[in-house]
Amino acid sequence: MFTIERLTKTYADGTRALSDVSIALEAGEILGVVGGSGCGKTTLLRLVAGLDRATGGRIAVDGETIEGPHPAVGIVFQEPRLLPWLSVADNVGFGLVDRPRAERLERVADALARVGLADYGARWPRELSGGQQQRVAIARAFVTSPKVLLLDEPFSALDAFTRASLHEHLLSLWEAGRQTIVIVTHDVEEAVTLADRVVVMRPCPGRVYETISVHAERPRDRLGVGFDKAKRRVLNALDRSLRAPDVERDRAAAQGDALWW
Amino acid sequence: MNAPSTSPLTDVVDAAPPQAPRSRVHAPGRWLIGLALPLALALGWELAVRFGLAQGRLMPPPSRIFAALTALARSGELTTHIIATLMRVLAGFALGAVAGTLMGALAGASELSRRIFDPTLQALRAVPSIAWVPLFLLWLGIFEASKVALIAVGVFFPVYLGVAGAIEGIDRKLLEVGRVFRLSQAGMVRRVMLPAVLPEWLIALRSGLGLGFMFVVAAEFMGASEGLGYLLVDGQQIGKPDQILAAIITFAVLGKICDAVLVAATRPLVRWQDTARSSL
Ligand SMILES: Nc1ncnc2c1ncn2[C@@H]1O[C@H](COP(=O)(O)OP(=O)(O)OP(=O)(O)O)[C@@H](O)[C@H]1O
Ligand SMILES: [Mg+2]
Repeated sequence: MFTIERLTKTYADGTRALSDVSIALEAGEILGVVGGSGCGKTTLLRLVAGLDRATGGRIAVDGETIEGPHPAVGIVFQEPRLLPWLSVADNVGFGLVDRPRAERLERVADALARVGLADYGARWPRELSGGQQQRVAIARAFVTSPKVLLLDEPFSALDAFTRASLHEHLLSLWEAGRQTIVIVTHDVEEAVTLADRVVVMRPCPGRVYETISVHAERPRDRLGVGFDKAKRRVLNALDRSLRAPDVERDRAAAQGDALWW
Repeated sequence: MNAPSTSPLTDVVDAAPPQAPRSRVHAPGRWLIGLALPLALALGWELAVRFGLAQGRLMPPPSRIFAALTALARSGELTTHIIATLMRVLAGFALGAVAGTLMGALAGASELSRRIFDPTLQALRAVPSIAWVPLFLLWLGIFEASKVALIAVGVFFPVYLGVAGAIEGIDRKLLEVGRVFRLSQAGMVRRVMLPAVLPEWLIALRSGLGLGFMFVVAAEFMGASEGLGYLLVDGQQIGKPDQILAAIITFAVLGKICDAVLVAATRPLVRWQDTARSSL
């Protein structure tokens, strides 16, 4: 159980990045977070990862309050952020140095295999493509088996094909460990492909606007009726969230407008 | 640091990009190209003097310089001078590099100490280093100590600036990776900060070494009875340009060798770098 209660973040310059955000996730649930630019998605993940301090509210994993970087929480950033002086395998094993060598090697090999990079352990990060580097970053976050895994637009720099194959890799890792996953994305289809629930956020200050459940079997059929319906609902909520506060009045006219986020 | 172990895969990978193996194959060729210009100039001058087109009294031809060099070498003098100079450079370099690294690390790691030390150091840096000579002579006497001190001052500043700048320039994003994995302060320094500043530190050491060779000449000008700088002054006083040129050539070779040794010794540490520095 992973809970965020009344989380508020006001930056030093007075920017109200988050206000009163509450989310509760069951273990093993995948949550998608979408919303316009600047609505506090990255802020939310950084608070949960313990990289920034919240102004108010509480984050807890299995009842334990999180106040800084915590072994139960892992994060994949928007950029791979691999350490260029470590080989791919050593990057993946970065969080495992206190484990016995044999265990470390085994877990690193397993994680690399799951992201399809079993033969790449000896390479330098610079010898990988962007998508391969991002896969290494995902393996690095998974390999310490955190209970909660945060991903901040991890695939936004990749083309649609690479992205689809990374979705498979991500789900295969998730099936092995059933972590709770929070994935921020700009891509509604990606959110609906991966998530059990999609949270739509709205800006100024950032807060939860609407939560949409996606009821569909995995692997999901993009052409299926359920998929399409969920996607429409998310798009619709997103559209409305961006034109708030005149939401109700404009709701009828909202259809068909270009989304600028 | 764990370098990737060699496996069949690495071999395949390394063969393709312009990494070590290929450049090793081409290394002799590159050497020859670099030598072409000086050799041509030397040969041209030699021929010009041989055929009476030029006098060669103030600018002796290569054969005379070479003769002076071999004479110095045969009498064992050259070795004495080289060792004297080398010892001074190494001692000064060691002092300056250690002090520069420590001060640079302090200034880079703590804002407060940077505010305290940096203005003073910057002001001292603005002093032409040769201006210290009289003071060092008064304080440390005319023997080795004052010479080593002068060289150390020359080495200190580039190392200090390089290290402080490198630490300030460490990517915050990589530090956050360390934080996410809950590295201790020591772990952060050892596993993230040190490797991150290593390349720039090595560059700073190289420029420090280069300045060390510059300053050893100044130091030996201020009164030495041996050393390559002494050979220069002596050559001027007894009017032997071939000796001066022999000393200059020895300086060039010695400086290049020291630089190459430094680079070769540290290359394994920065093999991971994604830069086009193979020719440096
Ligand atoms: N360090 C900071 N100091 C002050 N304000 C900040 C800081 N970081 C973010 N903000 C502000 O907080 C708000 C939320 O930013 P955040 O990065 O969380 O948005 P986001 O939802 O991730 O946007 P995007 O989708 O564009 O990545 C923005 O208005 C931003 O300007
Ligand atoms: Mg963001």
